[in-house]
Amino acid sequence: MNPSATAAPTVLPGRGLYLSFSLAGDEYAVDILGVREIREICPITPLPQSPRHVRGVMNLRGAVVPVIDLRSALGLEETEYNKFTVIVVLSVHDRTIGFVVDGVSDVLSLDESAIERSLDLGARVDSSFVSGIGRTQERFVVLLDVERIVASDIPGGSIA
Amino acid sequence: MSEVTVDIEAFRATFFEEADEHLVTFESGLLQLESTPNNGEVIGQIFRSAHSIKGASGTFGLNDVMTFTHALETVLDRLRSGELVYRADVATVLLASVDVLRALLEAARSGGAAPAEAVEVRLSLERLLSPAKPKDPPRRTMGVRFIPKPEFMSRGMDPLAILRDLGTLGDVLSREVDASHVPELRLLDPESCHLAFRVVVTTAATDEKIREVFEFVDDLCTYELREDTPEPAPRPTEAAQPEPETPDGRPAPLAPVAAPAAAPNAASTPHAPAATIRVATEKVDKLLDLVGEIVIAQAMIVEATRSESSDSAGRLNDALVAMDRHTRELQERVMSIRMVPIDSVFRRLPRMVRDVAESVGKKVKLVVEGETTEIDKSMVEQLADPLTHLVRNAVDHGLETAEERSKTGKPDEGTVFLRAFHQGGNVVIEVADDGRGLDTDAIRAKAERLGLIGPDAGLTDEQLHEFIFHAGFSTAAKVSDVSGRGVGMDVVKRNVEALNGSLSLTSERGRGANVRLRLPLTLAILDGLAVRVGSQTLVVPLLSVVEAFRPTQSQVREVVGACEVLDVRGRCIPIVRLHEIVGAFDAQRDPTRALVCIVEANGTHAALLVDDVLGQAQFVVKSLEANFRKVDAVMGATILGDGKVAMIVDVPALTRAASSSPVPVLTSAHTQARRPVVAQELQ
Amino acid sequence: MKLALVVDDSLVIRKMVSQTLKTLGFETIDAADGKQAIEKAKGKELALVITDFNMPVMNGIEFIRELRTLPGHKFTPTVFLTTESDDGIRDQARSAGATAWIVKPFHPDKVIAVVNRLSV
Repeated sequence: MNPSATAAPTVLPGRGLYLSFSLAGDEYAVDILGVREIREICPITPLPQSPRHVRGVMNLRGAVVPVIDLRSALGLEETEYNKFTVIVVLSVHDRTIGFVVDGVSDVLSLDESAIERSLDLGARVDSSFVSGIGRTQERFVVLLDVERIVASDIPGGSIA
Repeated sequence: MSEVTVDIEAFRATFFEEADEHLVTFESGLLQLESTPNNGEVIGQIFRSAHSIKGASGTFGLNDVMTFTHALETVLDRLRSGELVYRADVATVLLASVDVLRALLEAARSGGAAPAEAVEVRLSLERLLSPAKPKDPPRRTMGVRFIPKPEFMSRGMDPLAILRDLGTLGDVLSREVDASHVPELRLLDPESCHLAFRVVVTTAATDEKIREVFEFVDDLCTYELREDTPEPAPRPTEAAQPEPETPDGRPAPLAPVAAPAAAPNAASTPHAPAATIRVATEKVDKLLDLVGEIVIAQAMIVEATRSESSDSAGRLNDALVAMDRHTRELQERVMSIRMVPIDSVFRRLPRMVRDVAESVGKKVKLVVEGETTEIDKSMVEQLADPLTHLVRNAVDHGLETAEERSKTGKPDEGTVFLRAFHQGGNVVIEVADDGRGLDTDAIRAKAERLGLIGPDAGLTDEQLHEFIFHAGFSTAAKVSDVSGRGVGMDVVKRNVEALNGSLSLTSERGRGANVRLRLPLTLAILDGLAVRVGSQTLVVPLLSVVEAFRPTQSQVREVVGACEVLDVRGRCIPIVRLHEIVGAFDAQRDPTRALVCIVEANGTHAALLVDDVLGQAQFVVKSLEANFRKVDAVMGATILGDGKVAMIVDVPALTRAASSSPVPVLTSAHTQARRPVVAQELQ
Repeated sequence: MKLALVVDDSLVIRKMVSQTLKTLGFETIDAADGKQAIEKAKGKELALVITDFNMPVMNGIEFIRELRTLPGHKFTPTVFLTTESDDGIRDQARSAGATAWIVKPFHPDKVIAVVNRLSV
């Protein structure tokens, strides 16, 4: 059985593509496979009785999609949104969820060997949300485990 | 690759739908037979229903269903021919068969296990045919001629394997080989086959099963099946001429492989709603016409916006009006596609009424009206349980026994009425009975015992009736097997609320009771009242709105130690501060400077504090659970005209939370006619 | 010792089929495509070959055709796994020399049933 043809960039085994973005001066990234789209900041309707990091919901072409402030979810200092603020829309556990980030940087190709997976990373954020630290050129990028981040917000979001 | 599996799945779904329909015909036919046991037409009808299910189930390899239906069909055939007479024991077995067949189909649909009773009921069916009938299927003696072509072994198949397989089908009476075509040794090619074989075997296997043995090699040989009359010894040395006759038909169908392991996308829950809808072609045609109109209207809009002539504004306006009209019609027509007659819910009830009546020893008649009233298909599944409970309740608790009834001058037979009709944009369903009505004394006593009211509380009968919706409030002297426990009126109420509907009850002691359900025509679109709280817009379902006004200072009261209430015409209604719930810090907090929107759900009222009422409209309901989870106080979201998302408040949840304190003692004995209808004009 | 060769580009299928064959007393070797399979088949006595159709480099039909040209494998029983249940692929497989076939998705019992029918 041949796997159906994948999109243009050929990913060699052991290499992954990541979308990197900035948050509070640091660089973070998520697996590109889950990225649905990237949007400018748009009106967010608050949800009653929800945790601080769940800012509310937005209208994504007719679908009601929750928006999570990633700074807040990761325990970083919160900031006001401005016209450069961006929402990265990801597919997580079959749900579509938007994450507010400071700005989107780049698409990175990271070899597994360039990723440090050990747990004691000393990153500013809770290490249970971090799936590794990637090294590219001269930068370090914190790879986030999005599924873990939203696990407590979604019914049945199981932590492996 | 996946297209093939999808096609099969689509047919399977149709099969199950048709089977369901056949079962309905079957069951109602059986019930008819009870009153007219010799009705040949009805017998013919139910025979055909069983026959259809049998045939179709065979196609899909649903062997459990097929074997069972086959037994059923045989019994029905005997009934049809008069060999078997319709008696009570026959009726019982046939009714049991309906249940078993239903369960078998469900098991086949969801990949679950067949019901344990299936075997027993099938045996009962077979016993009806003839007590002494042997249980084994008929065995035949088959002579199988197998003539491999010379190149038979070229694909690695050994002819002996074929012979061995034939032998596993039953008892082999003889095996013969015909070596007459084997060439002499010099010319012999050991890789080719010149032998022919004949096997006589006594087997219960069908022709099809025998042919399966040859499935991989049917192009490499010829074979012939012939039923032998039983002979003491096979005829010796019959010259086996290779017959020009080719193996019958196409290769034997491969044994069904899909069912057990794979079923990957099969419905995981036993009652997953059907994912297909049958639509009258007329509805689709009308829809197509409408689409044509919309295309034209759209073109008109484009043209009007581009035109530079003096009347372009007028033309644009006309085009937009036309578009608006077409869109509304489109909405109605598409909604009507999802509408199915409520009969699909009602049809299970006559049987249930009969069973319940029998088990509690009462005489009951069920009168059904308006079964063609249409409801949204998605509601069908969710209405089944509440309606079943209400009807069961009516029979079990509402109606008296025949003796009790004749003592009070009522006819022996109690009647349960089941009605459905459209009224003002809603579907109304009523379950009524002419029984004993609610016992308000017992309710009052129980409410006092549970501490819900004080001993001197002056409550009207209507207010007392509301108590039966409290959890754990059954006043029945004993919990009968039939109604059991756990499925109380409170659960029914919740089910109805989940459908954005409302429930009300009227009862007259000694005369009967009437439970009325009001449901929106569809779950997807809601008539709502848009309100402003701070800078947020919220939507309140119109079905729940009683009125809206600006309260005066004298109407706002504080109940000691508890909540704020509004005195509305003598009734105390708790105030719900929406701005606290949605976190609108810029909202108006003084009720006398704001508005209250009185809402009602299942007899309980609340006053929602809002800044302003914006207007009434239809809103498309979007679920929050799709991408997030259920949020308290909110039953869904909608997208406003400006593209922003707005929350739709969950009125039943709000009224429940607001009135979680004991029912307030009233200052005066006013009763208010509850008419949860469209919002009144604003003051 | 009966040896079986399992050919499929899916590791899961290879494992499942091999496991099933082991319960029937086979020892198994496997390959992920037709070309690898040919190499493994050379010079060995195989009691059974089970192969998928859709594989990279060399598909199942080409593999069977070539297998049959190898010395010692003219009559090796081969079972062909196919997701297509249309007669076209099956006929091609037959003319290439496949002994029998199983339609995917399949339950391991099916493998047992078919293999039992092939051997004597």
